Order: sequence, then C-alpha cells, then structure tokens
Amino acid sequence: MLSDSELDHIAKLARVTVAPEKREQLKKDLSAILGYIEKLNKADTSSVEPLYQTTGLVNATRSDEPRGEFPMTEKLEELLIGQAPTRKERFVKVRSILNKK
Amino acid sequence: MNKNYTIKTAREDLDKGKISTEELFNYYRDKINAENKNLNAYLSVFDFPNSKFLIPNSLLSGIPVAVKDNMLIEGTRTTAGSKILENYIASYDATVIKKLRNAGVTFLGKTNLDEFAMGTSTENSAYGPTKNPLDVSRIPGGSSGGSAAAVAGDLCVFALGSDTGGSVRQPAAMCGIVGLKPTYGRVSRHGLIAMASSFDQIGPLTKTVEDSAIVLNALCGHDIFDSTTVNDEVPDFTTTLNDSIKGLTVGVPKEFFAMPTGRQGTGLSAEVSERVQAGITKLKDLGCKIKEISLPNFEYALSAYYVAVPSEVSANLARFDGVRYGHSAKDGENLIDTYFKSRTEGLGPEPVRRIMLGAYALSSGYYDAYYLKAQKVRALIKKDFDDAFKDVDIIVGPATPNTAFKIGEKVSDPLALYLEDIYTVPLNLAGLPGISIPCGLGSTSKMPVGFQIIAKSFDETTLLRVAHQLEQALL
Repeated sequence: MLSDSELDHIAKLARVTVAPEKREQLKKDLSAILGYIEKLNKADTSSVEPLYQTTGLVNATRSDEPRGEFPMTEKLEELLIGQAPTRKERFVKVRSILNKK
Repeated sequence: MNKNYTIKTAREDLDKGKISTEELFNYYRDKINAENKNLNAYLSVFDFPNSKFLIPNSLLSGIPVAVKDNMLIEGTRTTAGSKILENYIASYDATVIKKLRNAGVTFLGKTNLDEFAMGTSTENSAYGPTKNPLDVSRIPGGSSGGSAAAVAGDLCVFALGSDTGGSVRQPAAMCGIVGLKPTYGRVSRHGLIAMASSFDQIGPLTKTVEDSAIVLNALCGHDIFDSTTVNDEVPDFTTTLNDSIKGLTVGVPKEFFAMPTGRQGTGLSAEVSERVQAGITKLKDLGCKIKEISLPNFEYALSAYYVAVPSEVSANLARFDGVRYGHSAKDGENLIDTYFKSRTEGLGPEPVRRIMLGAYALSSGYYDAYYLKAQKVRALIKKDFDDAFKDVDIIVGPATPNTAFKIGEKVSDPLALYLEDIYTVPLNLAGLPGISIPCGLGSTSKMPVGFQIIAKSFDETTLLRVAHQLEQALL
C-alpha cells in the first residue's frame, strides 16, 4: 500500500492536489495497479535491451529549409494567442513566478 | 428506417444520382438530431459545408464522417472528452483531417471518448457515457466509444478513432463493427491530442472490411509533421482483398485461450471463446493451415503497458498547465499555484490516476524498476511476435475477453477495466497492425464478439485480405 507521504510526493510531481476525501480510494486504486504491475519482476530481462519505439527509424531529419506551412496570419495568431486566459497585445501573460513580498 | 450506408453503397447511390451529397449529409444530421440524445455518441455536430468540395474519382467524395473528439478540425471545439479543454478551439487541421478533406468527405461532427482516450468503456468522458446502440444499458467500449456507437447506430457512414492500447479494436468488437489499428508509423498523428506517443495510432471504424481498406488508403503516408511516419511506398489495400488465402498459415497463440480465471473479468469468457473458435474453424474451411503457437511473454504485456503508457501520459499531459489554452484557475496566487489549481479542477479521475502512476514510475529511485523494466519486457513481447511470424503469416484470437458489459458494472474498479485490454495492448507494444471484425453474438449476453487478426509490421495487405474473406464467410 502506498504511504501518505508517497501519495503526497507523486501528487506534487503530477502537479495535482488530492482532496482529503479522495485520498484513501486513490491510495487503494494506485496500490492495486502497482500490485498488478509487480508481475514484471518475474520476467527475465537480464540479456534484453529496452525497446522505446518500434519503427526502427533513426534520426528522422528534414532539410533545414522553411517549410512554408502555417504562415502566421492574424487569424492564426488569434486562434493561438486568443485562447490564453490572459494576454497583453500579441503576448501570453503569465502569473508571477516569485511571490511578491 | 436505417439505410445503413457503407462507403460502397453510398458511393453507388451518389454516383447514380439517387441521392445528393447534401441529402446524404442531412439524412445523417436528422438521424443524429433524433437519436443522439439516447446514445450520446456525438459531442458536437457541424453544418453542411458551404464550399464546393466534390472531388472526382475519389471514393470518399461526399461521404459523411464522424471524428473522435481528440483530433483537430480547424476552427471547431476539440475537448478530448475533458473539462480542461471544454472551450478549446482547434487552430489547425490534423493531417488525417486534411487528407479526408482533400478526398472530399463531409464532417458530421465530433464523437465522445474516454477523457484523453484513457478507458475501455467511454464512461470516463467528462461529458457523460456513450450507450451501446445494440443495448443502451451497456457500454459501447472505449476509448473510441462515440465513434463505434455512431457507426453501429448508423449515425455516420464511417468514423475515425485512435488506438493506444485497443481503443479502436475494442469498441468495434463491443459494437459489432470493424475496427482497424494500422502499423505504428503508417498514419500521421499530427493534430491528434497525444496520449502515449510511442503507442498512439489513428484508425478507421467501419461497417465492412472493404470500407476499412478504402479509408486506410486515404489516411496513410509520410508526413513531415510526424517523424515516426515511414517514407515507404503505400500499396492500394483495396485491390488485393479477394486474392486467395488458401495455404496461408494462421497462428493461434495457446496463451490467448489459457488465461487464468479468478479475479473478476480476468478470464476469457466461454461465449467469446466459443465464437472465436468457430471463426478459426471458418478459416480452416477457407483453406488456411491452423497452427498452435506460443507467445511466452504474453502474461507480462498488460503490466508493461500500464507502466510505459502512464509514463508517456504524465509527460504528454504536462502541457495542460492553464497558461496558454484550456481551463485556467482564476484564483492562482502565482504560476505554480495556477498549475496545481487548473489541473486539479480540469482533469478527471482517470487522467489523474495515470499521470500519478507515470510520475511514480519515472521518479528518482523507481525508474529502473518500473520504466526501464517495462521497456525491456516490451522488447520481449516484440521478439515473441517476430519469432512467431517466422512460422505463420497471420495470428488470430479474441479481441476482448468479454462482450459489452453493463454501464456502471466495472466503473469503480480501474484495474478490472484495464484487464479488458489484455488482447489488444500487445500489438501496440510491438507496433503491429490489427483488426477486429464481428464474429457473431455471444450465447449468453447476445452481444457481439470481436475476432482479432494480427499481421506483421506494414503487412496490412494480408491483414485486410484475411479479414475481408473471413467476414464474407461469416455472413
């Protein structure tokens, strides 16, 4: 079973807050899934290289030329920046990173 | 009355002038208006497009299509089934949308899904569950449950879904239709809201295998905006559907039928096993050689999947931060507080569970034991398939262990829902193409059973050929 401090640590990494009334159920659910995953330890992987992707493509690059796609128009600009909760002219406005004293 | 148009029959009626493109569109729009309240398959619907778009010599010209609501259509709302994107307007067309648009389809609307495509029942949608058109007390499968219900309920001619661990094949199985997951690298995911990028693949949900081949023709190919798409020449998948399958060797993994029973939902149900065995007998009647094979690491596939996928999910969903788009908490004191509040308010329980699992698996001290171990097991799964395909042309088995269950039956047990994916996830781990086709109704539930066919990487030609001929034989 996940401990309370482990739950707090993971929630912090995930940038979410767990409501007090949801803690026990979440601990139970995550622990059940982690318990199932433990099965992996039975697999012998001593001589196996990890597989991160399956296409076999390596270094898929393109020529360093402008692609001409997505030319910036006023309409596209609105679609992109216009969805930010706060903005100033053509910029996305972000809340302060440091607390004001 | 349901016209139940396929691409083929709609094409015939359009070409003969029996129905116009607009009439066909409005036939479906009227049906959606009347029946969607009951099914909740669509989250949004569109009007008939004003621009002229008839494309000569395109089989898809004028065909009305439904699109899973995690693919972007410029200027329209795209929610991914989540509250965090409730008001999000797509700023460009996904590559698959662009391709279908160029082929002349008409877009009917966007379909419901489990939040961010995480689920097997569409009960995880923030916009309410979709109902199975064959029995509205049951789930339609997931996560492309809205697309599957729209096809099975004849609320569109065909639909697009995305498949990370079975999300096209499993709902197709539950609704008695055809669901194809192409090879990883076949179809561009540019403009698909990413869930787990080394697994995600877009595929069609259709009424027939032939339609599936027609849509795949239109979707695949290299895309500069998705560097995983391969640059190989793409065959025409429709021309080889009737080439003989006599003499092909069909592998049946013994592990598929030897699943331990015990925990609720973990065993292969008798009714699914029975129908799938009947399908295998049909293949034998068609002249295929049936061979028992082994995938020794099959039992580890689901565990590896539920480490690797949440890990990628935790990275991909980090972008939902309340800064640039999507829900943003009004009362954040500073930037980090805005992150916490926006995500906590906007994300539902399943994405939160998976993000937390992923963050755990990737965290310092646990990375080797979970993430690295899972990727090594992934290599074993791929090797099992590679070894098996040395002796067989195609592999078959069930698409799911059970038929469609009741809405609410498993909703409080995330692990039980994960176990529904047991036959579909190995293909995503290995990048292989697979299809689910209907093979009759289960004797107990009277609900459709899905028959899964698996081919070598980039061998959708054989996959669709076998699927098409088995489908015809099962009619």
